[in-house]
Amino acid sequence: MLTWLLGLLILMIKLGVVLGCLLFFAAYLVWIERKLLARLQVRIGPNRAGKFGLLQPIADAIKMLTKEDIVPQAADRMIFLLAPAIVAATALLMFAVVPFGPDIRVAGRPVAMVISDLHVGLLFVFALSSLAVYGVALGGWASNSKYSLLGGIRGAAQMISYELALGLSLVPIVMMSGSFSLVDIVNHQARYPFLLVQPVAFVIFLISAMAESKRIPFDLPEAENELGAGFHTEYSGMRFGMFFIGEYVHMQVLGALVAVFFLGGWRGPWLPPALWLMIKMLAVCLVLIWIRGTLPRLRYDQLMAIGWKVLLPAALINLWITGIVVAI
Amino acid sequence: MNIDPQNKRREDAPMPVLEAVKALGEGFATTLKHLFRRPITEEYPEEQRPLPARSRGRIVLTRDPDGEERCVACYLCSAVCPVSCISMQSAEREDGKRYARWFRINFSRCIYCGLCEEACPTCAIQLTPQFDHCKRDILDMVYEKEDLLVDHCGKNADYNFYRHAGILTRAHAKGAHPDEEAPVDVRTNLP
Ligand code: SF4
Ligand code: SF4
Repeated sequence: MLTWLLGLLILMIKLGVVLGCLLFFAAYLVWIERKLLARLQVRIGPNRAGKFGLLQPIADAIKMLTKEDIVPQAADRMIFLLAPAIVAATALLMFAVVPFGPDIRVAGRPVAMVISDLHVGLLFVFALSSLAVYGVALGGWASNSKYSLLGGIRGAAQMISYELALGLSLVPIVMMSGSFSLVDIVNHQARYPFLLVQPVAFVIFLISAMAESKRIPFDLPEAENELGAGFHTEYSGMRFGMFFIGEYVHMQVLGALVAVFFLGGWRGPWLPPALWLMIKMLAVCLVLIWIRGTLPRLRYDQLMAIGWKVLLPAALINLWITGIVVAI
Repeated sequence: MNIDPQNKRREDAPMPVLEAVKALGEGFATTLKHLFRRPITEEYPEEQRPLPARSRGRIVLTRDPDGEERCVACYLCSAVCPVSCISMQSAEREDGKRYARWFRINFSRCIYCGLCEEACPTCAIQLTPQFDHCKRDILDMVYEKEDLLVDHCGKNADYNFYRHAGILTRAHAKGAHPDEEAPVDVRTNLP
């Protein structure tokens, strides 16, 4: 009984810390993104709220919370309200299996530096990213607007298309490490990060994960000018913000997953493991912002073509070659 | 099927991989280079860029070099204004000279086209470079003559319409007003 309670307590603490950090970083990732994008375009970026605009996330939050919150008259209220939560929650939940370091000992007990070391961690990540499709599709459907409905379908189609390549790009990783558990995958990179042996998988994973999290150049759901935006057209205020919190948390997840699968996770000299993971995560996020600052948005047919005609075959070929090599 | 005239290649045909990678790399290098440049942003309320004298902003009614109102309430600006946002009432002074009893511009309708300035025979109405006059209440955008009349000549600082044209009123003939010089004889300007 006591051990059970203690376990629960530890879990709660871990959850609290991870959730708090995630949301805090999500807010400041927005700031970093705006600032860095601005500099990439020779602008200054946010600089009004606080020094260097550091209070900008707080200002944004206040603004979103005080904005008029509209629910369209004929919308399906329940689902309309649920959709942003689904998007944000699925992104947050993915962190449950991301390991922040090797087990540590607290008062003689081993404590895993991961909320839950699932044996099927990788499948869990995929399951959640498939669930996020529901947030988008339902949000578009429940708005009771044709624009939103089409946007939702478009978004869902995009996410599903890239999910295949995403999944296939990681199968070689599973084959090499012989486990679905993210902790095992990191442990398998003790000698060298998988980036060195699986560069193709890395590129495919990065591109399809970008599409999956609806980041530029795959941000068609946000194409307000040319497509009349997408599934979130009818959302306002903080509900709209929830979608974007989801997106920025997703970006961190992406960074963490790239770090875990390809960059050796928490491994690194001198610094504490959790810090290494964060550094790698941030580095990936910075690269994503750089990509955003450089590439223009794709057209929908181009987006689909890249997903089905380039990434998917490439992932399959990569899988095939890895299979042969592993078998030998 | 569009053919790109420069490359003689179908636009939707796939680029050779090397070319594509090179193009991508160039793009990324460019943005990365920009990261180390000084931002060129102008922070507007603090840094105000001087605008050209002829930029079309807030409208004023200017005065003669002698300090007299230039406007003779001829209604030309009001007539030419495409959105009809100028209105006025003409009146006559003791010495017979016309002026506007009231003069009103509704800036919430004005499109700053500058046609009124073009139409004005006396250079009275002029657009200034001041573009940032905004108000919370839209009725505050209706400017009366007191708000419009300034005590300088604006552009055309030494232009005095009456020196050239003279003043013809019921009270006096051209050139016969007190302190008035005879108008310019236009024929002397001919070659
Ligand atoms: S600038 Fe154009 S719109 Fe404005 S008052 Fe003059 S004529 Fe009218
Ligand atoms: S055109 Fe000039 S002189 Fe005539 S009413 Fe307008 S401002 Fe006055």
